[in-house]
Amino acid sequence: MLEITDSSKSTASKSFSRRELLKLSPLLVVGAFAIPRVRDPLLRAGVSFTDWASTKWFRRNHLAPTFADNDLTPLDKFYVNTYDVDDPDVDLEKWTLTVSGDVERPGGYTLAQIQGLPKIEQNTRHICVEGWDVIGRFGGTRISDFLKYVGANPNAKFLYVECADDYYESLDMASALHPQSLLCYEMYDQPLTREHGAPLRLRVPTKIGYKQAKYLTSLRVTDVVPRKGYWEDQGYPAYYGL
Amino acid sequence: MPSTYEHSWAVRFCHWLNTVSLFVMIGSGLQIFRAFPSFGPKIPQRDLLHVPKSLALGGWLGGALQWHMTFAWIYVATGVFYVAYQIFSGNYRQPLIARRDLAGVWPMIRHYFFFGRKPAQTEVYNPLQKMAYTSAIALGLLSVLTGIVLFNPVQFSLLASLMGGFHWARVWHFCVLCALLLFVLGHLIMVILHGWNNFTSMLTGWKRNPEYLP
Repeated sequence: MLEITDSSKSTASKSFSRRELLKLSPLLVVGAFAIPRVRDPLLRAGVSFTDWASTKWFRRNHLAPTFADNDLTPLDKFYVNTYDVDDPDVDLEKWTLTVSGDVERPGGYTLAQIQGLPKIEQNTRHICVEGWDVIGRFGGTRISDFLKYVGANPNAKFLYVECADDYYESLDMASALHPQSLLCYEMYDQPLTREHGAPLRLRVPTKIGYKQAKYLTSLRVTDVVPRKGYWEDQGYPAYYGL
Repeated sequence: MPSTYEHSWAVRFCHWLNTVSLFVMIGSGLQIFRAFPSFGPKIPQRDLLHVPKSLALGGWLGGALQWHMTFAWIYVATGVFYVAYQIFSGNYRQPLIARRDLAGVWPMIRHYFFFGRKPAQTEVYNPLQKMAYTSAIALGLLSVLTGIVLFNPVQFSLLASLMGGFHWARVWHFCVLCALLLFVLGHLIMVILHGWNNFTSMLTGWKRNPEYLP
């Protein structure tokens, strides 16, 4: 494989070397990442591409791993992540979930109505974008069952939820319709505690932690989300499927 | 004075592009690690080590994720192109360690670390070098596989279970980082020890008067 040459004619050899070095000049394109005005759109494009690839990998009926009861992280070791308050003071007596958008039956839905739908219980892993993970027990209604109940258009692209603490999130329809995706009202067989999002939160085991919005107050079925999500709007990936 | 063409354009291009990608992946990876610098539980959190901000890239977790998720593609594409090139050109014999090289590994270690006699160099890379480069390529593959599991542990649940689940994949990803850092350190020391003529061969492809030629 080796080419051997006599480089005694050193000027010829030098110009040859220079030509070989110049052939590496396409590498300078990477230098675009050093220019802030170019870098930011490039990084946004990189994250969008990653999100896009992730939607291609997503398999509608591929289940997230489930765990035995003795693998559970104890509830008091299940970290409570909030972005402003632990308890946004929801009036649980008067609470309803306001459903709007591309649905046949919009309006306010009570917790009793949601709990009237089949109940699913599962032990799944909750993964925070920071890197830690816990295994929790979650009970609730399949989002897909609730969407049928309210007559949602299954061809709409997104669910958009808002929360009592001003947090907000969006969820692509394929992930929302996944059989393990829940409107969760129980953790560890008990009604959701206030710091875990009483009375209702999202529990989507195919998504990263910041998409598991708590203290839900409204749910919108839509093709266009007004905002992507609290963290997503600050630069986190919008899709972040697991 | 004879010269040899040691490194084709493809190898040099991949080497320098990967130098940039690896730098970005390590820097942004350390910033991501700073968000939870532990492999234990979240409660109680016991930090394993403090990574100084000066070694981290991206400014904050979200910024680091953007760098990591963007350069991951460049890193993977470079690896795929490099391996495909090596296979189809037949040049893989240059860096890949073979059975017949194994006997020569210990004499090289003895030479570098214990003042042993220098074994005669017969090829572009000596057996210890081949072992190092083969390991580096394997580490590159492992960094991607463990990274994919951290990114999509549900879709790649089979691969995740081979690694002991998401939690362990995070440990392995970090172990691969440590091994890669060791490689880079050793590589840089060797580059400094072997001087300018050796260094420029990775820029121009040509090495003047290599010791393995008569």
